[in-house]
Amino acid sequence: MSTPTTSLTEVASSGATLRAFLHGLPGVDRVGADQRAATLGTRSIKTTAKAKAIDLAISMVDLTTLEGADTPGKVRAMCAKAVRPDPADASVPKVAAVCVYPDLVPHAVEALRGTGVRVASVATGFPSGRTSLAVKVDDTALAVASGADEIDMVIDRGAFLAGDYLTVYEQIVAVKAACARKDGEDAHLKVILETGELVTYDNVRRASWLAMVAGADFIKTSTGKVAPAATLPVTLVMLEAVRDFRDRTGRMVGVKPAGGIRTTKDAIKNLVLVNETAGPDWLTAEWFRLGASSLLNDLLMQRTKLTTGHYAGPDYFTLD
Amino acid sequence: MSDIFEYAPAPESRDVVDIRPSYGLFVNGEWIDSLGDERHKTLNPATEEALAEFSYATPADVDRAVDAARKAYDSVWGRMPGRERAKYLFRIARIVQERARELAVLESLDNGKPIRESRDVDLPLVAAHFFYYAGWADKLRHAGLGEDPRPLGVAAQIIPWNFPLLMLAWKIAPALACGNTVVLKPAETTPLTALAFAEICRQADLPPGVVNIVTGAGETGQALAGHEGVDKVAFTGSTEVGRLIARSVAGTRKKLTLELGGKAANIVFDDAALDQAVEGIVNGIFFNQGHVCCAGSRLLVQESVEDELLAALKRRLATLRLGDPLDKNTDIGAVNSAAQLDRIRELSDAGEAEGAQRWSPPCALPDKGFWFPPTLFTGVAQSHRIAREEIFGPVLSVLTFRTPAEAVEKANNTPYGLSAGVWTEKGSRILWMADRLRAGVVWANTFNKFDPTSPFGGYKESGYGREGGRHGLEAYLDV
Repeated sequence: MSTPTTSLTEVASSGATLRAFLHGLPGVDRVGADQRAATLGTRSIKTTAKAKAIDLAISMVDLTTLEGADTPGKVRAMCAKAVRPDPADASVPKVAAVCVYPDLVPHAVEALRGTGVRVASVATGFPSGRTSLAVKVDDTALAVASGADEIDMVIDRGAFLAGDYLTVYEQIVAVKAACARKDGEDAHLKVILETGELVTYDNVRRASWLAMVAGADFIKTSTGKVAPAATLPVTLVMLEAVRDFRDRTGRMVGVKPAGGIRTTKDAIKNLVLVNETAGPDWLTAEWFRLGASSLLNDLLMQRTKLTTGHYAGPDYFTLD
Repeated sequence: MSDIFEYAPAPESRDVVDIRPSYGLFVNGEWIDSLGDERHKTLNPATEEALAEFSYATPADVDRAVDAARKAYDSVWGRMPGRERAKYLFRIARIVQERARELAVLESLDNGKPIRESRDVDLPLVAAHFFYYAGWADKLRHAGLGEDPRPLGVAAQIIPWNFPLLMLAWKIAPALACGNTVVLKPAETTPLTALAFAEICRQADLPPGVVNIVTGAGETGQALAGHEGVDKVAFTGSTEVGRLIARSVAGTRKKLTLELGGKAANIVFDDAALDQAVEGIVNGIFFNQGHVCCAGSRLLVQESVEDELLAALKRRLATLRLGDPLDKNTDIGAVNSAAQLDRIRELSDAGEAEGAQRWSPPCALPDKGFWFPPTLFTGVAQSHRIAREEIFGPVLSVLTFRTPAEAVEKANNTPYGLSAGVWTEKGSRILWMADRLRAGVVWANTFNKFDPTSPFGGYKESGYGREGGRHGLEAYLDV
């Protein structure tokens, strides 16, 4: 790991080389990883550090709605909340992005124009990914053409678990190519590993490297549709992967735990994990995101508690 | 942005403990004054603030304590049915749990260890030991130690300063479960939790004289171990003092167990889960500032991953937080005493003089108190003092090996034999290594894990006898 900027392109020259590379990564001991995550979870973040952590966490939230019942109206309401999370307090930062299905991207783009809040869209046959590559590429192209800044793609877990790493690699490369926009920029590609279906931490580490080698800008734990979603040890393993990847290539990749992060405490534990695993370079919305829908209100509630000394009831925070 | 996780201080409150200005001796269920007039102060090693004054018990004081223990053994405790003794032990365990926060703060104040460790490791284990041995008290006939094992009588117990309350639990719980009464001497730098435990014995209505606590230093210990009224001597501490005790006990009827020093090898193979191995190395040597007799103070790393592992280890060491032991975010606390700090410095300097390379992360040390930064030495050879002698501080010596056989050879090439660690993803290699390592405990893909059900003890100069588990009963029974 001590040779920066080594090219990793040749590892994907065949299924065999890719497999040899991924299986040559250091293993992950489940007991040890769980224990490390639990220990970091006992860090006590208070007073000024807590206030800063809450604002940082808010600025990292990808406010998300991914339901079949989503409507343009719901998306517009969520966008309003993303820009001004607390109507009563203008000092609350904006969230990082809103995350919607591809067909709703135009509504989000319109509602967020000029605000700096980015539009993310899940594409590639979300959440199962069980469709042809052509459809996945089209799905992505539609979202990008509609103005999405970020694409959250799911990997083919079936192919991964069958050991067909090259298929997964090629799909990520193809989707990444479909992220090219007319203005010459790329939409950022977040690759969802769906770690709950990969089951072992060894698989999580291999899938993380596979996605990074294939060009992912972000690696993301889960769709939010499968349990367990973003557990602390899984996020820990992914943070170790991006840290080692930067040591080796010089390139930084972001991390996004998504699903199951509901409380301020959970969010702060994630920030501690980032700080002490990958390092403070990752402690910005550019390199770390929290995929969540209900987390934001708890952050707001705790923020209010810190500033006023009192807990306000849930009705003091908006539902959108 | 980078100052976000200058974690704001999160100190545990001191208000939960009530330290008296001065303590006597705990004999026959009462606080008594020492017959001598030598009194000393116990310091908070993080600040050098005096916490309380306590007595150095004289031989005459030890007489009184041993007499009290003998009377309690003859009249009450030795003849009490096991199921009744169990009730007292369960009660003590529950009181320890109820007062865990107070005891953890007291331990950190007196010892210098981080509250994170006294709260999350020491105190849960203390309670677990009393619970575990309470369970044995009425089942001694089923321990595989004979039809009708009998208690020995009065046990003299001398414990060290690195885990004051935990070592007390390791000693007192099995002794009482087996029907012995005890006179215990805590270390002179850390008497406070033992004295708090005396109060717990009263709270639990333990019959007077079953547990007696005499404070003091070497002379008190000598008087206790050499006392003709004791039937059993149990000592945890340095090999040097262990030798003295063994000599004084030789030729008497007393039974003896010794738990002494160590210079454990933590062996990392090239196929190990690297990130977890790094955690295990850190936990192996920097846990409790390295004041652990089974600390993994020699890292044996396979040559092919040496660079990679050292880079990862140095990166990890840079995240260790050293400072106020009562801050919940502190990873490394204070060295227990000025004398110990001197010894750590002396041996570290010797390491440099012998040609090993010293490295510490950038780390500001507080102005007051006894502090030593986490330190590692590379380029260490088996013949260096830092690879032979127990440093008992946060100092890691890194050696390399090329084959499993060489790893075993180097690991066993030490006068000690208390513990060892093996890191590899290959199960068959773990078993192969465990068969060949001459150490009382061999941890696989973990380190410094303790459990009341698991026997603990060493080979060679690390002592003899076992504590903990079913085996730990044998030391307190006539079988």
